[in-house]
Amino acid sequence: MTQSVVVQVGQCGNQVGCRFWDLALREHAAVNKKGIYDEALSSFFRNVDTRSGDNGPDIYKGKICSLKARALLIDMEEGVVNEILQGPLRDVFDSKQLITDVSGSGNNWAVGHKIYGCQYQENIVEKLRKAAEHCDCLQCFFIIHSMGGGTGSGLGTFVLNLLEEEFPEVYRFVTSVYPSGEDDVITSPYNSVLAMKELNEHADCVLPIENESLFEIVNKIHQMINSGKLGSTVKQNSLVTSSAGSVKTLQEKPFDAMNNIVANLLLNLTSSARFEGSLNMDLNEISMNLVPFPRLHYLVSSLTPLYTLADVNVPSRRLDQMFSDAFSRDHQLIQADPKHSLYLACALLVRGNVQVSDLRRNIERLKPSLHFVSWNQEGWKTGLCSVPPVGHSHSLLALANNTCVKPTFIELKDRFMKLYKKKAHLHHYLQIDGMEQSCFSEAISSLSDLIEEYNELDAAKGGPRIDPSRLKIAV
Amino acid sequence: MSIVTVQLGQCGNQIGHEVFSALCSDIRGTHGLCSKKENESYQESCKERFFCEEESGVPAARAVLVDMEPKVISQTLSMAASSGHWKYNSHSHFCQKQGSGNNWANGYRVHGPRHKEAIMELVQKEAEKCDRLGGFFTIMSMAGGTGSGLGAFVTQCLRDAFPTSFLLNHVIWPYGTGEVIVQNYNSVLTLSHLYHSSDALLVHENDVIHKICAQLMNIKQISFRDVNQVIAHQLGSVFQPTHTAGGGSGYSRNPLGDLLEPLVPHPEFRLLGLRNIPQMPQSSLAFSSFSWPGLLKHLRQILIANAHMEEGIDWQVRPPQPGSSIPSTNKPLHFNTSIANLVILRGKDVHSVDVGSFQDPSLYTSWLNPQDAFNAWKTPRAFNKYEKSAALVSNSQFLLKPLDSIVGKAWNMFASKAYLHQYTKFGIQEEDFLDCFTTLEQVISSYTNL
Repeated sequence: MTQSVVVQVGQCGNQVGCRFWDLALREHAAVNKKGIYDEALSSFFRNVDTRSGDNGPDIYKGKICSLKARALLIDMEEGVVNEILQGPLRDVFDSKQLITDVSGSGNNWAVGHKIYGCQYQENIVEKLRKAAEHCDCLQCFFIIHSMGGGTGSGLGTFVLNLLEEEFPEVYRFVTSVYPSGEDDVITSPYNSVLAMKELNEHADCVLPIENESLFEIVNKIHQMINSGKLGSTVKQNSLVTSSAGSVKTLQEKPFDAMNNIVANLLLNLTSSARFEGSLNMDLNEISMNLVPFPRLHYLVSSLTPLYTLADVNVPSRRLDQMFSDAFSRDHQLIQADPKHSLYLACALLVRGNVQVSDLRRNIERLKPSLHFVSWNQEGWKTGLCSVPPVGHSHSLLALANNTCVKPTFIELKDRFMKLYKKKAHLHHYLQIDGMEQSCFSEAISSLSDLIEEYNELDAAKGGPRIDPSRLKIAV
Repeated sequence: MSIVTVQLGQCGNQIGHEVFSALCSDIRGTHGLCSKKENESYQESCKERFFCEEESGVPAARAVLVDMEPKVISQTLSMAASSGHWKYNSHSHFCQKQGSGNNWANGYRVHGPRHKEAIMELVQKEAEKCDRLGGFFTIMSMAGGTGSGLGAFVTQCLRDAFPTSFLLNHVIWPYGTGEVIVQNYNSVLTLSHLYHSSDALLVHENDVIHKICAQLMNIKQISFRDVNQVIAHQLGSVFQPTHTAGGGSGYSRNPLGDLLEPLVPHPEFRLLGLRNIPQMPQSSLAFSSFSWPGLLKHLRQILIANAHMEEGIDWQVRPPQPGSSIPSTNKPLHFNTSIANLVILRGKDVHSVDVGSFQDPSLYTSWLNPQDAFNAWKTPRAFNKYEKSAALVSNSQFLLKPLDSIVGKAWNMFASKAYLHQYTKFGIQEEDFLDCFTTLEQVISSYTNL
């Protein structure tokens, strides 16, 4: 069994991270009735003997004493992290896992990456090493951050670089929240594009998320509940947006519902690595199967179902509906439509009481309406995990390597160019030590190259399928 | 003689468990339809072959469990132990933490060499427990990373360490529409490597077994466990004790040798397919009865028409006219030419069965005498509650189309260079791929020109 370490950077990263830890505890509490510290728990939590204080030794077996998250919380402002430490999750984090400062990064990637990066490099490396030492077999780092600001974007990608240097064998999965068009941070295009270059070069897999999509999902759920259309009541804790049953019971903050969706994404992604099933799908398999070329590692994700009704009996019709939903526009976590673009690869991670025949039936049913690249017509990676998420009898996470990410990147490039042509706000960046004009030109060039790679794949899409001729054997 | 089983990866371990379960439940039953003495002899033979007596009294399977991550092995061990009737030896397993990530190169070039000593030590221990070692049986899938990559490496090690022992690989071919995206690469790499070290590859295809579950077993929501149980039944029908032709009154003392020697007369032709008839849900067994002529007629047509089960057989397919020398390219389409066949009959009135229809020379290639190309084993002791059952192990063109399909898809992907960086990272280069493609194109060509 392997362990993963979560590195949450910046305001967004920490708020999402907080929801993740909360829901992770809830999930394990639901499965682990006896309070024994088992392998599944150990993938994200340490079990520490705190009877003699916080510095107690790790306990590897037996009853749970005190669970500590395998996490690093980094923020250049204190507000968010302080709130976490005063909230109900305070015992899950150890003061030695935090790195904070006071003044923030001013929504400036360069401040986050160059100034704070340099300043805190040693501290970060030391804390990462410590976290790694507590792991028997560290498999993956999860970075959670946003792209549009200064800390998450700049310092977050600096940490990404560090991870590659210090732990080259460990996978780096990055959950990045991309800014929307009406983002109130004017310089978010600069920050995002500068961060993209780092993601292109140093991440193994990136799961892009857009706030607009999360917002739409939240709205959709509210509408369904309030419209009274649902025959019976919805199970509160099954809502993909809900914190019900978790430690945090006080009033929900505005972004909590949206952040819960991302938290659920991470839980589902790692479920097969933590729990048993008839066809396991580990994190290294996700990277292996979904990344055909090193730079094309952006995966569009979708989660279904968004809620479960209280009546438990689920006919297979509803099961099939779950699969159909996973491919619909409304369930994607970015503003993209994979159905009408080209699939390079697709992974389906099913949880709960679903068998291989259900999986096959739905793949056969949905295949004809999806376009797969010519050299990967059967590009499906599947996993079956027996343990469903809290409140559900089954769920599905779909990860697609699909050219539908292209419009998101093109838009980002356009917004960047709008500012860059006028050199708007550029001086805020260039005055930072280590920043030069070339940083910008290299970053936009990296993004353009990426878009071009997707373009080439799309161009071949409609054309006639000519299979390369096979090797001939002399008879 | 005893057989040591090596279960590799998730698939290998899940199937292995079902196989030992099926063997054990078969010998414990009193439905053998034969004399008590015969039944006891059968039980003794099976136990000697597959299980080892331990002090606790619960027989321990002669098996080594290998996986690169712990969840499946721990599940397998506990499921066996909870049956109360058999178990695995508590030390005969090896696992790691990280898995192979569906990466053949990782399994073959990294895990293989790193863990060779530990794994081979376990195999050696199991081999030493056998009074007489009859050979090795490995179970693996070829789609993933451990069963396929590490499995290929371990097979080579077995060949090197036991050069004179029989070595049979049971290989699971994945669903055509994908369980793993790089499954075709992993399959090509596995098959070509196994071809060089193994004696024969006994193949089961997930698509085929799935159909059997759906159409014959009437299972609505088919799980991998259901698939594995059908596979276990088919394997059991081959590996349970048999009287071989002219073997006197006792059960065969050399199960793997008796199987492999007639079926694999030429090193270029190592692919064996397996068919079993009848197959039905246990609940229907009491209400069904079959005649041997009926069963054999269906089995023969399954062979000729390359059918997968007793439903949906194409009865139009006929063997070519005898006497005329027909160049292989003109042979009737869809006709499945055989090199060698083995029919294993178990149950009531088995000695009265006429298997002459399988000796028809037109079923076979011209370069073997039909008397040598066909063998039949008849055993009166019934298997797994089936009053009569017949299994066919065939070295024929059964697997030609599926093999060609896998190689074609892999080649298509290879031409675009997709995913290659994942393999080169662990030391498998493009040239290695090309060698493997060449080996398999040669195999395809050989089987095509039968």
